[in-house]
Amino acid sequence: MSVEILLPAMSPTMTEGTVSKWTVNEGDKLSPGDIIAEIETDKATMELETDEDGVMGKILVSEGAEGIAVGTLIAVILEGGEDASVLEGISAAAPAVVVAAPAIVEVETVSAPIVSAPVEDDLPEGTTYTNMTVREALRDAMAEEMRLDEDVFVMGEEVAEYEGAYKVTQNLLEEFGEERVIDTPITEHGFAGLGVGAAMSGLKPVVEFMTFNFAMQAIDHIINSAAKTNYMSGGQIRCPMVFRGPNGAAARVGAQHSQNYASWYAHVPGLIVIAPYSAADCKGLLKSAIKNPNPVVFLENEITYGQSFDVPDIEDYTVPIGKANIVRSGNDVTLVSYSIGVKFALEAAEKLAVEGIDAEVIDLRTIRPLDIETVINSVKKTNRVVCVEEGWATCSVSSEISAQLMEQAFDYLDAPVLRATNEDVPMPYAANLEKLAVVNDDRIVAAAKSVCYTGGEQ
Amino acid sequence: MAKKPAPRKTTKSGKPAARRKAVKAKSKSPAATNEELIKYYKTMLLMRRFEEKAGQMYGMGLIGGFCHLYIGQEAVVTGIQATLKEGDSILTSYRDHAHMLACEIDPKVILAELTGRIDGISKGKGGSMHMFSVEHGFFGGHGIVGAQVPIGAGLAFAHKYRKNDNVSVSYFGDGAVNQGQVYESFNMARLWNLPVIFVIENNQYAMGTSLARASSEVDLYRRGESFKIDGEMVDGMDVLAVKEAAGRAVATCRAGKGPVLLEMKTYRYRGHSMSDPAKYRSKEEVSKMRAESDPIDQVKSRILNAKIMSEDELKAIDKEIKATVSEAAEFAQNSPEPDPTELYTDVLVAE
Repeated sequence: MSVEILLPAMSPTMTEGTVSKWTVNEGDKLSPGDIIAEIETDKATMELETDEDGVMGKILVSEGAEGIAVGTLIAVILEGGEDASVLEGISAAAPAVVVAAPAIVEVETVSAPIVSAPVEDDLPEGTTYTNMTVREALRDAMAEEMRLDEDVFVMGEEVAEYEGAYKVTQNLLEEFGEERVIDTPITEHGFAGLGVGAAMSGLKPVVEFMTFNFAMQAIDHIINSAAKTNYMSGGQIRCPMVFRGPNGAAARVGAQHSQNYASWYAHVPGLIVIAPYSAADCKGLLKSAIKNPNPVVFLENEITYGQSFDVPDIEDYTVPIGKANIVRSGNDVTLVSYSIGVKFALEAAEKLAVEGIDAEVIDLRTIRPLDIETVINSVKKTNRVVCVEEGWATCSVSSEISAQLMEQAFDYLDAPVLRATNEDVPMPYAANLEKLAVVNDDRIVAAAKSVCYTGGEQ
Repeated sequence: MAKKPAPRKTTKSGKPAARRKAVKAKSKSPAATNEELIKYYKTMLLMRRFEEKAGQMYGMGLIGGFCHLYIGQEAVVTGIQATLKEGDSILTSYRDHAHMLACEIDPKVILAELTGRIDGISKGKGGSMHMFSVEHGFFGGHGIVGAQVPIGAGLAFAHKYRKNDNVSVSYFGDGAVNQGQVYESFNMARLWNLPVIFVIENNQYAMGTSLARASSEVDLYRRGESFKIDGEMVDGMDVLAVKEAAGRAVATCRAGKGPVLLEMKTYRYRGHSMSDPAKYRSKEEVSKMRAESDPIDQVKSRILNAKIMSEDELKAIDKEIKATVSEAAEFAQNSPEPDPTELYTDVLVAE
């Protein structure tokens, strides 16, 4: 019987890949362990081995073809003695059911949802844009700041030779060398503290956590050593550094690797907390964070790493810290979110538009200091708010926004502020349960309809 | 004075050969000039009188919160500081008053910090445990046990990054030595050959727990072995022994061959903090240590025996130091409390 080779998922967030090279030809004899192709994933280029004894019958995807969905039939191997006639009529078929589809993003194109009415910072007329992934934008931000300031260096697990566990530090080692791009042992508590020491003496470390889940090992240094020292020293000891890495749920990685820490860090005076969504904001805000003389917690999102956005072609492009952005204007209800929550909110806004509800979407971008003014101004117009957060509701950023709105905008509210968040459970592994646990556009739609008193959850 | 570190040896059984051991000062006293001896005497006496005053002021309610005194341990920081130069960085735990005095920080601003006044070195916002002076290379004053160790490695990292020959000295106690982050730091420091001297001030009690009750390996100078960090046990009650060992360690680090680990055998006469009655040890143990090993008495005897100064001249020094401390106490009590507006300053640095 012939064996069908489907494009495998090689990382938790991989939805598509590129067959960068076939290392065998049709008709070649194969043994288990033979490498048949090189597959480029969202994180790395990996070799695809066969487990079969047989002959490469047919190659169905040409070298270099991009955007092949996970699960696509890419080749057929014939078992010993099998006739090639079985190959007739076979072609590269997209998967009926996608293998290992991330539950959260529901296999989609890597482009971002359409922002229908962007109200961006004032950019000069005639600004051109380059479409790039969040991953590339983050890398460019670090590279640009390292070129501008020799005191900036990057350290973390796998940041140098491996070029980042999520490929965010690609090419940095090559350009800046091992003195400024430093692979650390797996020792978060230690290297976070070491980074703090380097920052106290005036260097500007960018400390990458492979994910913020692991930064719990280091949280004492982030809070007790980095955040509080300027105050405790009466303004003498600065800590100009950035702690960065992916935060929040990825896909199917379970409870210990899927937590959103935004509200944890946002709780602490002395820290700046940034959690951007678009590639432009990732670039502009990471540059601002590195330039900033304070300790900054910079929360990225693994699922968005591969998503592409337009980034302005402006030299030394920065986005101001502490300024929210209205990414879609509307009159009926305000959806306030940050990070990947903005994507869900924009998707919900599209659905609401179909039902005649005109939603405004605010991307907070910075969590501390919180730009509550932009939210309040929106509330004055819409009088209804849903906070959207890919994280737990209890003591969340959403809780903080609703408290502040009650204190400062009570008279403008026509309905209680609702929170559309993840379920109050550790993140389950099973695909269906994970999907149930994470906030999605439908829940946001229901909450928005509810505050508009047009049905939905009460 | 710099000696090359002994090459690492292993015995036939595969066990590491013994590291350099303590030089017992009484049998073989390292040399020091007259000026050095007088300077150490003055420095240590200032620390002693300062801490006694802090203890009194705590008792009077002028100092709040925790207050950890260094009485008995003066030789450690005094001997090490004698080997440092401009640009070197030091940091320690919350038992930090004497380290600041060793850095020649004005006793007035230290004591005013202890009283929580605006003229304190942290404007009254840090307190006894959280004091810093960038100007004097003093990077704290850290209240979390063991946190200063990776930070100290980071300061050393910065020296290496900037390609200068400065060193970082990270002081921590026999309690901190069981913290995981200490070993994370040892690993990185050796991996990257950072110019850091890890100084374990082994005063034999982690708060109320004796070393043997908390540590499976009580020879703390061996704690770096797994990380290929040479360690040395030093008589931390003898300022000259401390200075000699520190001199070697500093030379090793300046030559790019750090890190080095020094275990200073020392003793604190007072409780862990002002609120510790120290019932976990006998009065006899404390008085024996005071009578036989006091770091200040040791230097005093040397000065008198070598007839560098007379008893009267030493008394004059004592009087002078008492006056300095009284003046600092006066200053610390008269300085106003911080203005309420200070509550909101220094949270973030303005861009």
